[in-house]
Amino acid sequence: MSTEISNSESTDPSALLEFRQVNTHYGAVHILKDVDLAIYPGELVCLLGGNASGKTTTLKTLLGMVTPTSGEVVLDGEVVNNEPTSYRVANGVTMVPENRRLFKRLTVKENLMLGAYLRNDRDGINEDLEYVYDLFPRVKERLSQKAGTLSGGEQQMVAIGRALMSRPKVLLMDEPSMGLAPALVQQNFELIEKINNEGMAIFMVEQNANMALSIADRGWVLLTGRVILDDTAEALRANEDLQKAYLGGGSGE
Amino acid sequence: MTTLPSTLILDWKRIFKWGSICAAALLFVSLVGMPIKLDPKSIISPLLSLGYVSLFWLPLIFGYVASSRVVLEGVETSKPGLSDLLTGVLTGAIGGAGLTLLMLGIENFDIRDPLINWSPQLLEVLAFGARDLNSAVWIGIGGALGLVGAALNVIPESLRRGVSYGFFTVLAVAIFEPALDDMSEGFRLEWLVELIFQKRGGLKLWPAIILASLIGLISVVSKGKVKKAVAQYRKQEGSQKKQTSVVLFGIVAALGVVLPIFMGTYVNSLLANVGIFLLLALGLNIVVGLAGILDLGYVAFFAVGAYTTAVLTSEISPFFAPGLTWVLSLVFVVLLAALTGLIIGAPVIRMRGDYLAIVTLGFGEIIRLLFLSDFLKPYFGGAQGILGIPGIDLGFVYISGTDTRGIFYLVLFFCGLAVYVSWRLQASRLGRSWMAIREDEQVAEAMGINTVNSKLMAFVVGAVLASFAGAIMAARVGSVFPNSFMILISIVILVVVIVGGMGSIPGVFVGAFVLIGILGGPKQPGLLQEFGSLKLLVYGMLLVYMMLQRPEGLVPSARRTQELHQEEFLQDSWLKGTDDEDEEQPIEGEEAQI
Repeated sequence: MSTEISNSESTDPSALLEFRQVNTHYGAVHILKDVDLAIYPGELVCLLGGNASGKTTTLKTLLGMVTPTSGEVVLDGEVVNNEPTSYRVANGVTMVPENRRLFKRLTVKENLMLGAYLRNDRDGINEDLEYVYDLFPRVKERLSQKAGTLSGGEQQMVAIGRALMSRPKVLLMDEPSMGLAPALVQQNFELIEKINNEGMAIFMVEQNANMALSIADRGWVLLTGRVILDDTAEALRANEDLQKAYLGGGSGE
Repeated sequence: MTTLPSTLILDWKRIFKWGSICAAALLFVSLVGMPIKLDPKSIISPLLSLGYVSLFWLPLIFGYVASSRVVLEGVETSKPGLSDLLTGVLTGAIGGAGLTLLMLGIENFDIRDPLINWSPQLLEVLAFGARDLNSAVWIGIGGALGLVGAALNVIPESLRRGVSYGFFTVLAVAIFEPALDDMSEGFRLEWLVELIFQKRGGLKLWPAIILASLIGLISVVSKGKVKKAVAQYRKQEGSQKKQTSVVLFGIVAALGVVLPIFMGTYVNSLLANVGIFLLLALGLNIVVGLAGILDLGYVAFFAVGAYTTAVLTSEISPFFAPGLTWVLSLVFVVLLAALTGLIIGAPVIRMRGDYLAIVTLGFGEIIRLLFLSDFLKPYFGGAQGILGIPGIDLGFVYISGTDTRGIFYLVLFFCGLAVYVSWRLQASRLGRSWMAIREDEQVAEAMGINTVNSKLMAFVVGAVLASFAGAIMAARVGSVFPNSFMILISIVILVVVIVGGMGSIPGVFVGAFVLIGILGGPKQPGLLQEFGSLKLLVYGMLLVYMMLQRPEGLVPSARRTQELHQEEFLQDSWLKGTDDEDEEQPIEGEEAQI
């Protein structure tokens, strides 16, 4: 697995997506605590953490489904704290949800078109459809089939294709390994790497730390809402504390 | 046992099970009064009335069910034969014995207090009008009917097809008798009706036999062709499919326009009734079928449409009577319905599933109670309602409320509009967003869909269509009362949509015609006016049956048929052991090459 395409800060100093001292609450419960994150163009970064560490809340805050109580969410240099999800999707953030969550009773084509829901440029949409077909030839064969009837691997392709249809600058991925057979997890990470190699910035939230760090450029580790580690993937993989806490200790895996 | 031939092994447990269910069903049907109430409706005069049909079909069906066997693949079974027939006979006989016991019970005990139909009248019907009929006759009748049912299982499929088509045709013709009678005048075909039907109702015996055998024959000859044509139609894609759809729709529309000219008041008023409910159902179909919002208070918008029309057009409206024309008032009807949709929708839309359904149910009642209330009586007349709503002046023609043909055309126009709107919406961006919300609201939101706005739009479109129906209803009846907008209407509309097939426009048509046209709406009698108060019972039974056996509806949308088909396909592939991982392996290789 190659990780040589790491063209992070040096090529473009301005972050695509940034958290500046973000705090969020669910009711009175403090979830994210002074979180700082930054995703630069072309990067593949991952956010690690156990259950209830605030991973999903981070994604929801990035997408605008949760509003931070303090701090700033910055998208492409613009503070978007109070902008709705639709604004953020239109301006370059899309999510591939956990467990794929396709619109099961709609066709594959309809699923893809819903990814492009906010766009009006017909030519651009067709172009991107072709791009998705090129990326996943299997998807093209299944266009008129119900998404719910596809195999797990194909569903993952459609889910990624659907996200790409909004022509995002950053792709958010919620637990891409969740609910997939081991062979599919491997395949899925290859897909993610491939899209990243095409120049797409990817922000991935994962529990499977070993797998995620093997393809990521950088990573953060979240513990009960606080970023406790922030380093390159290589350094994180070498970090003994992290090994003990998340990667199952020994060198077995 | 060894002396018995191997073909005569009976499954006694099965026979007793189905037999006693059959007996219970017969008792239930008798004691709710179906045979008495439906006896006046003659099918084949004077041999068979609908009342007896309501009794006879049960042993027949149960005989059929009890004697049908699942043929397991790869397991040797004896050919259908004597044991199956015997199973049918015994099942039917046990069922019939239930009625025998009932007759004996009625003769000897009087428990008429809780059971109204525990009456001499029922006894008379069960004894075929004869006084001293031995009640054991029913065991024989049940056995014979069970035999017929079992025989249907044993005979070859084409024959079964012919027989059932023949039977259902006779039944249908008899049910449609009043409509045919009414239409014959327009077509100058009174002689034909006289030839087929008895003066006092019901088919004559010979025409019935000829009709049944003719249709039976045709159905055997044309076997599979209809299915093939439908499959072919569904297989068509793009412009070709569109073309066929347009042609089909054109034919239906042309029939809808031309036929009423030849029809009398009876059929036209029936069709106008069906049309009003059709319009409501088409609107609800958008809300429930497309957007997945289970609205149980849909009648509220119907009421708003009717009351707006009443206030604006009636000269004697209690408080404010501008006396506008119907067409002009329609503008305000649309505006007010949309506004009501927004007002009711705004709080409701944030809820999901069950909670939403319950809250809409509440709002439906609230609207009715507001119109009924003393508080608003000065404006809407309370329980006395608003009277004196004039007919409809379209400029080139005046349609009075009693001009059923004119009302029908008006309803037809609005139904056409509703069909066009639903059809266009399904393929539109808004329609797609509705379907996405129906499937997974959270993900729809993550795709950038403004779910609140989108759902509100569904509510508003549905509200406007319902208000059209209300406006027509007001002009047709000439008055509006709060009690015309009971919760029952919401339920009936929902049943029409579900029975027809959720999300399917042709399904809604079939649902409306079957339920409202034949059985009758909440206050209007249908073709089978004898059903009267039994209507709701039949609705309920139909709904339960549909949910259990055919949840996709009578005429499912292509989408849902395909779905079921694909699920079967998937199960097959799973059984054959081609699971996900096996399929995935080759692709990995493919992608590595790219």
